[in-house]
Amino acid sequence: MSEPAKKEQEKVVDQGIDVGIARLTEDKIKHTINSVIKVETGARLKAYVETCIHCGLCSEACHYYLSQGNDPKFSPVGKVKQTMWEMLKKKGKVSPEFMRRAVEIAHTECNLCKRCAQYCPFGIDIAYIMTVVRRIIHKLGITPLYIQDTAHSHSVTMNQMWVKDDEWPDTLQWQEEEAQAEIPTLRIPLEKEGADIMYSVIAPEPKFQAQLIYQAAVIMDVAGVNWTMPATPGWDNSDMAMFTGDNELMGRLKRSHFETAARLKVKKIVMGECGHAFRSVYDMGNRWLGWKMPPIPIVHAIEFYYELLKAGKIKIAKKYATPVTLHDPCNVVRGGGLEEKARYVAHAICEEVIEMHPNREHNYCCCAGGGVINCGPPYKMKRIKGNKVKADQLFRAKTDGAETLITPCHNCHSGLHDIVTHYEIGMDIKFFGDIIYEAMEKPGAIDG
Amino acid sequence: MHDVYNFVSGPLVWVAFIVFIAGSLYRVISLIMLVNKKEKFIFDYMSFKYSLRSIIRWSIPFATVNWRKHPVLTVVTFAFHICLIVAPLFILAHSVLIDESWNISWWSFSDTIGDIMTVIVIAGSIFFLIRRVVLPEVKFVTSASDYVILAIVAAPFITGFIAYHQWFAYPNMMIFHIISGEIMLMAIPFTRLRHMLLSPFTRAYMGSEFGGVRHSKDW
Repeated sequence: MSEPAKKEQEKVVDQGIDVGIARLTEDKIKHTINSVIKVETGARLKAYVETCIHCGLCSEACHYYLSQGNDPKFSPVGKVKQTMWEMLKKKGKVSPEFMRRAVEIAHTECNLCKRCAQYCPFGIDIAYIMTVVRRIIHKLGITPLYIQDTAHSHSVTMNQMWVKDDEWPDTLQWQEEEAQAEIPTLRIPLEKEGADIMYSVIAPEPKFQAQLIYQAAVIMDVAGVNWTMPATPGWDNSDMAMFTGDNELMGRLKRSHFETAARLKVKKIVMGECGHAFRSVYDMGNRWLGWKMPPIPIVHAIEFYYELLKAGKIKIAKKYATPVTLHDPCNVVRGGGLEEKARYVAHAICEEVIEMHPNREHNYCCCAGGGVINCGPPYKMKRIKGNKVKADQLFRAKTDGAETLITPCHNCHSGLHDIVTHYEIGMDIKFFGDIIYEAMEKPGAIDG
Repeated sequence: MHDVYNFVSGPLVWVAFIVFIAGSLYRVISLIMLVNKKEKFIFDYMSFKYSLRSIIRWSIPFATVNWRKHPVLTVVTFAFHICLIVAPLFILAHSVLIDESWNISWWSFSDTIGDIMTVIVIAGSIFFLIRRVVLPEVKFVTSASDYVILAIVAAPFITGFIAYHQWFAYPNMMIFHIISGEIMLMAIPFTRLRHMLLSPFTRAYMGSEFGGVRHSKDW
């Protein structure tokens, strides 16, 4: 079980930070901070910092604060005090040691989940302030090693997991063959110009969760959707650059994604069950490229399943019998308003849905998103201990009878897996796709 | 004494109002100009409907999750802010001043109501002070300026209360009351009291983002 939260955090070794910090001078720090603030920020940062009345009402919004015994260092405004306020007050004259702590705060003690924005009476967007801090960190070259590696992968391969150009179509064809053993007529159409839908996924799917592509292909096939997947780079909708503050790279990634969809002349992009990718294509990346809303409509898997189920394009043969509870991922619920559609899907495919509390847009974060889990093993325990409140919430749902946890987001999936394991909660964690695949009618399947 | 009184209740009032109004206009206009210069996209996302939805929601006690989580604070902060703004406008003595100066018959309420409202503001100030000292999450982010602005706000009400009841040093207290009121007005655009001016804008923007883009509730 968890250690007492007050215990001092052990000093973490992170080469990305340590080596980067060793190269810094106070002059460089000052110049970088001031240039980011002066050139890249404007009325938002100014209004947020000047309007904040230091009331502390955002504190209880934060799962870190609640999980660390209400330690004010972990409150949203407390994190701003330890980073941006100091930078502004000292006009950028802060030490390398200060910046080291700023990296820890901005990258491993905030998931950018924006729950605090719902608790601030003035609507101050603290996640935005943290992304400005991360931008400064990026420009200083002191981003944590693991997440910087994924950003490098994005830069070189246009996907997050160093998947090579030939490995991608190869993986799709492999999954097509696998699925044909079940449904002999099934295809994963590659490069089909003029299809209605381009289906895009995050790189961890072909890298180590290829069965998710198999399941998606079965759902598409049974529903009779006119769909395609690109065989070229641009297939990956994920975006760690958005979380490292490498906005230029974020722009390259999203341009490649949207242009691939445009080249295939599809009507819309349907994406897999991922939260941060939704934030990237729907909120952040499109804006960086100058699109108020995405240039090609984006449909998250939750909404897509909702439409298929509602229209009767997929039918449920036997509802999933184990009682489930539903985790609302921040990026698609607080960031996309899909909470009721998620519930429609859950009720359509499961016998019993038990709500966890709080839920919907007030749900507690998984503590993995916002790039925190991508900062890697050095911060794993901090992330788990920083979310005891989530464990308590899941325990209560389990007490109410829930045995399976549905999380329609990759980061949530991985983060909650760690929470469930560490706190010995004993719940299965599934995507919607897992359950739909299991429960749906498959008319063309060999078995039945 | 009369010279001082005449000065603070004459020219200095004009100075205070000019500084307050001009300073406030400067704050708001310069913010909008900064948006226009560097973050023009904000105009595209601003939605009248969702701005209003958010502002109204947060202006109703207990209408948001966080107000419900802090019932005592909610009651105090609403009472405090309402009295803080309404009392100075309609205190009988102020109404008389307006009548005598410009022959305008201004609304007013009874001395008792004015007295109660004044006490509410003073009590609210004490509540906020205690909160700052006692609650760790508030104390951690409190700086000297937070106590200063609290004192600036409390001063006109404390001095006004003492002056009205004429407990002691009435003439001096009157002068202190007027000066502290003038200081409060002038401090609004130049201290964090400017949350009075800027918070509708931050609230409106967050409301617009949550309503128009995120299709979610910001309360």
